[in-house]
Amino acid sequence: MKLVIGIVRPEQANQVLEALHKAEVRGFSMSRVQGHGGEVERVETYRGTTVQMGLSEKVRFEVAVSDNFVEKTVQAICEGGRTGEVGDGKIFVVPLDHAVRIRTGDSDEGAVTPVSR
Amino acid sequence: MTAAIDTGDTAWMLVATALVLMMTPALGLFYAGLVRSKNTLNTFMMSIAAIAVAAVTWAAVGYSLAFDGNGGLVGGLGNAFLSGVDFAPRQGGTIPELVFFAFQATFCIITVALISGAVVERMRFGPFLVFAALWSVLVYAVLAHWAFGGGWLMSGGTLDFAGGVPVEMGSGFSALAAALVVGARKEWGRQALLPHNAVYVLLGAGLLWFGWFGFNGGSGFGTGHPSVLAFTNTLLCPACTLVVWFALDLVRGRKVTAIGAATAIVVGCVAITPAGGYVSPGWAMLLGALAALPSYAIIVWRTRTRVDETLDVLAAHGTAGFFGILFIGFFAQASWNGVSDGLFYGNAAQLGDQALAAFAAPAYAFVMTFVLLKLIGAVMPLRASDREEAMGMDVVQHGEEAYVTGEGAILLLPDDVGKAPVVPVADPG
Repeated sequence: MKLVIGIVRPEQANQVLEALHKAEVRGFSMSRVQGHGGEVERVETYRGTTVQMGLSEKVRFEVAVSDNFVEKTVQAICEGGRTGEVGDGKIFVVPLDHAVRIRTGDSDEGAVTPVSR
Repeated sequence: MTAAIDTGDTAWMLVATALVLMMTPALGLFYAGLVRSKNTLNTFMMSIAAIAVAAVTWAAVGYSLAFDGNGGLVGGLGNAFLSGVDFAPRQGGTIPELVFFAFQATFCIITVALISGAVVERMRFGPFLVFAALWSVLVYAVLAHWAFGGGWLMSGGTLDFAGGVPVEMGSGFSALAAALVVGARKEWGRQALLPHNAVYVLLGAGLLWFGWFGFNGGSGFGTGHPSVLAFTNTLLCPACTLVVWFALDLVRGRKVTAIGAATAIVVGCVAITPAGGYVSPGWAMLLGALAALPSYAIIVWRTRTRVDETLDVLAAHGTAGFFGILFIGFFAQASWNGVSDGLFYGNAAQLGDQALAAFAAPAYAFVMTFVLLKLIGAVMPLRASDREEAMGMDVVQHGEEAYVTGEGAILLLPDDVGKAPVVPVADPG
């Protein structure tokens, strides 16, 4: 069981969602974050005040998956998030000790595998 | 001549002019709410730019081409650069020509701003400015001459109270051409592109309606019966459009939508624009109710096509303006307007005059805009690159954002601007 964390451009978020859907990855959460990578920063001017924007908007996906889904998930985020320019983001895969589905109390692999209705 | 000035008329027209000018920022707000947050400022700025550009071109040559003389196709250059435009009234008027000029200028301005709705979220700002300048002269001033300035439609008997020809059909059918030339946004048809702030949309529509009392109520150029009739019709007609729009929403989706309501307000105001001073309040209410149907249908149909006429200028302005112009041909009443009856009151010829305008104006606007944008596009790229479109036009075109948080913003002192591309930032993780 792994937690896949993908940090991507907000404008690519829909593409990532699409790719995850195609890869049949069903459960995930996403949040808006701000961060800084190697990208060239934007310079903006507000009535004479010129600033350099050091933080960029990003979207962070968190996907808890069983081991045989890790590669598919990473592939999907890569595919959906890539534009080829600096600032496309990063993917981190970290081990996951324990997971519980609150509704049923299922744990671990059972908790991260979608139930068919 | 100055003796013919009526102070009451002049006072109202001064206020009406200010009301119509306010409609352009109101439209900016309406449009800004309908786009995604990364394009808020650029969308709003297109309306502000219309004020900048069209007020200048109107003073330079637009006003003269529209209102100097009775040429069939276009006016003369006798009033170019405001030559001869002063405190004396125009022939037959009761207000100083300077006020008349300013009132008409605000119409040209908002019409230019309206077209921006077709190209937001991808057209570059520079080419838009060039387009605005040329369009305001080559299309708006010409159509205004046809309908208001003694051109062939007006002298032929076409009735257009406040701008169904130049403003509504002029903008609506130009918008369609502009959308075709500039092309669709890159995600169009593949992803949902949603309005980012429905409150702006409602507030913008409300302010537009408020300003429209000056637009229609001022188009009698005084405080006489036509202005009074148009003023009250501007209340009644859009209200009926709202009612019908609610009903259509309920039937189609079981819920009355806010953005639908804002659209209905605009559609109702547009429909009454040409007809305001020519039809009775009762017919104005019917007009409002019926005008909802074609505009609603076109909005539903348009989203299923590949045409990304982004903010539905054609449906709201072109279609409702077309409908209002034709409606006069049926229901105009000389006992209310003192000018002419429509078909329903025994004068079939009026319908013919209206139909002529309803086809000539869209054809001219569409063809001219299409050619104009193709020519501009041959000199400079009309749209931003895909990468820039993804980042949003606010940052790319203006170097500003609508909803900036200030987190992570590093102040650049005057000496630093232009140097030091990257300053190290604390590790965000």
